[in-house]
Amino acid sequence: MADSSNHKPDRRPDRRRLLECMAWAGTGALWTLSGGIASSISLDQAAAAGTRPAGGVTPFTFVQVSDSHIGFKKDPNPDARATFREAVAKIKALPSKPAFILHTGDVSQLSRDDEFDDADQILKETGVTTFHVPGEHDMLDEGGGKAFLARYGKDAKGDGWYSFDHSGVHFVGLITVKDLRAGGMGHLGPDQIEWLKADLAHRPSSQPIVVFTHVPLWVVYQPWGWGVDDSEQALALLRRFGSVTVLNGHIHQVLTKTEGAITFHTARSTAFPQPVPGTAPSPGPMKVPVEQLHSTLGVRSVRVARGHGPLALVDTTLA
Amino acid sequence: MHVQYIGRVRVAAAILALSLAPLAPAHAAPAPVTVKIDNFTFTPQVITVSVGTTVTWVNDDDTPHTVVADDHKSFRSKPLDTDDQFSFTFTTAGSFGYFCSIHPHMTGKVVVKPN
Repeated sequence: MADSSNHKPDRRPDRRRLLECMAWAGTGALWTLSGGIASSISLDQAAAAGTRPAGGVTPFTFVQVSDSHIGFKKDPNPDARATFREAVAKIKALPSKPAFILHTGDVSQLSRDDEFDDADQILKETGVTTFHVPGEHDMLDEGGGKAFLARYGKDAKGDGWYSFDHSGVHFVGLITVKDLRAGGMGHLGPDQIEWLKADLAHRPSSQPIVVFTHVPLWVVYQPWGWGVDDSEQALALLRRFGSVTVLNGHIHQVLTKTEGAITFHTARSTAFPQPVPGTAPSPGPMKVPVEQLHSTLGVRSVRVARGHGPLALVDTTLA
Repeated sequence: MHVQYIGRVRVAAAILALSLAPLAPAHAAPAPVTVKIDNFTFTPQVITVSVGTTVTWVNDDDTPHTVVADDHKSFRSKPLDTDDQFSFTFTTAGSFGYFCSIHPHMTGKVVVKPN
């Protein structure tokens, strides 16, 4: 798609400014992460940077999409399938083909087979593998998530968690939407934390870690349940690593937090925005004028360049 | 021996209660009560009803919600899309906390008083 250069951000912040303000900005930005320290440059600069190897290691790119909510058809988005197709078009237009895609949950609106089918069909057009973790909307079948697990979690452990390595980076997919309890938020559970402990135990602290899950692993806003009850137990296991990047969806907006060597990045939805925490009576689809919808939706590409090279995140809107 | 004796009394009381149940006078069912689900909130959040009351939850949000008893068993709705509703008749007295299993910060309570 040629439109990314036709819709430049209103403001062109410098690296530091963009890092500080990225939280609510509707702009495309490249995030970089080196030794756990995030920085960012604009999307255009990112494209210009090309594929320069860093630290002698050939970099690779992967993509994060989130909250496609296939089946959603209410204000402000009458067709979440259409906007998901636009997101896929953005992915196909990336300067370098991603190694894979991470979908951080809420693939569907109501866990219906046809919704999952359509999501799969649309994503297939990218020609690359997608790794999934479920959102709460993907757990609404009779079996409370069994349909999702049967479709996407064949090699997963427990309720669907798993890990894999790619070019020296360790990727961990966590489940934060299973067995939720009254009055609580997202939840990992002791079995999953035990598994995570074993999964990380023998890894060198120098290995970059990418954790991906649906609900943010830090408490963004408790009154709306935007956090995970027992996330601290997982974070405690991750603190010894020099570079940890936590990617999630759920809140349909870009927010970032750095805590030591751990950086947290929430992602945009491809379906609809949600309000800034505390600025509305409740979470849920935020009504925006139709001409503004696309600037609230987006995809994220992440570039990994080990050694001195940073792990870079580019948030691109569908505008 | 003493324990056995108490046990017998309890069994007898239970049998008596069961046998009396069908003989209870047929009261008109209490008026149904509606709880709205709006802005990720159950309204009213706490309701007090008498035994036999049917409570209906109606989802006015653009987001699906569920109505699930805190014990996950006493009552449990399917996912309710916009305008969908779920009804449950409370036949025993007690306090029944419930929540939305999709958005667990949403909680409510039904207090059921004996007739």
